[in-house]
Amino acid sequence: MAKVLVVTSGKGGVGKTTSTAALGAALAKSGKKVVLVDFDVGLRNLDLVMGAERRVVFDLVNVIQGDAKLPQALIKDKRLDNLSLLPASQTRDKDALTSEGVAQVIKELREKFDWVVCDSPAGIERGAQLAMYHADHAVIVTNPEVSSVRDSDRIIGLLDSTTEKAKAGQKVEKHLLLTRYDPSRAARGEMMSVDDVLEILSVPLIGIVPESQEVLKASNVGAPVTIAEPESAPSRAYFDAARRLSGEKVEIAVPTEKKGFFDWLFKRGAA
Amino acid sequence: MSFFGSLFSRNRNSASVARDRLQILLAHERSNASGEDQSELLVQLQKEIMEVIRRHVSVDQDKVQVKLDRGESCSMLEIDIEVPGLEKLTNKPES
Repeated sequence: MAKVLVVTSGKGGVGKTTSTAALGAALAKSGKKVVLVDFDVGLRNLDLVMGAERRVVFDLVNVIQGDAKLPQALIKDKRLDNLSLLPASQTRDKDALTSEGVAQVIKELREKFDWVVCDSPAGIERGAQLAMYHADHAVIVTNPEVSSVRDSDRIIGLLDSTTEKAKAGQKVEKHLLLTRYDPSRAARGEMMSVDDVLEILSVPLIGIVPESQEVLKASNVGAPVTIAEPESAPSRAYFDAARRLSGEKVEIAVPTEKKGFFDWLFKRGAA
Repeated sequence: MSFFGSLFSRNRNSASVARDRLQILLAHERSNASGEDQSELLVQLQKEIMEVIRRHVSVDQDKVQVKLDRGESCSMLEIDIEVPGLEKLTNKPES
């Protein structure tokens, strides 16, 4: 039974697209058939983070408007053949996505894939609401920072009220993904701790992604961090999160960089 | 801050300040369904209060200040209206 997952946050820049790519690749690596759908019409970036920007021919809007068939618009990942991408369009027309069109695309994707991962645009407007509308699961990406936590709270309210599940009297399964976490700053009381954020938002935690240089390095080269540096601390957090999404019980910890003395020496030499 | 100042200041770090601020704010935002209703309510309150006052005195719109302080257990809505020529107003019933 296919599952639709929305990666959302309200606030921009907290790591939705990065997390969509990393989680999607992690799910694909576990053998699932995965499609990533970019809902950020006008400001698509998932193609760039996935390294597929030069292979985009058709996009979500083309499919909805009947200019292309869904299989024509899907871009197969070159590294994992059970991972695909449906890019967003660059149009500035805000009404390019229709709710009927989105419903049809999601229905077709459910037939072809195990996981349909929707990368939501920032904000709480139509695009964000369409991205979450069909979701069975929601990953709420939050930074341990006041504005991000506030916006996540708004998004949680929308997930509980304006989605298809909510309207049917059911619940979207919500999961909190804390990103850009710095355990040492939290220990010094300079950053809200995991417990602080959990207490405020009361959504079960699916992972803690530590602040890491590997994330930027991976997007620089157009690869999800879970493909580019699978052993890095953020990747281990995403792999664990993917296992939890699949229903496994995995204890939550803040992954730290495994660094040997020689790594440390070489990194310093190279810097 | 002086040495003694920092020694005796409340021993709170910025993270717990952040947590407390959020808890108060979100309690308010959640109670107001979508968070938009509250500002609409304020606009409505201000409008109706002004209407009542205008029935008796002319008020310059620029000289009205509306302040809100959301507290943990109660909130304070403060409306400051500068009323011109109060003498005339108090004399009015006699004339």
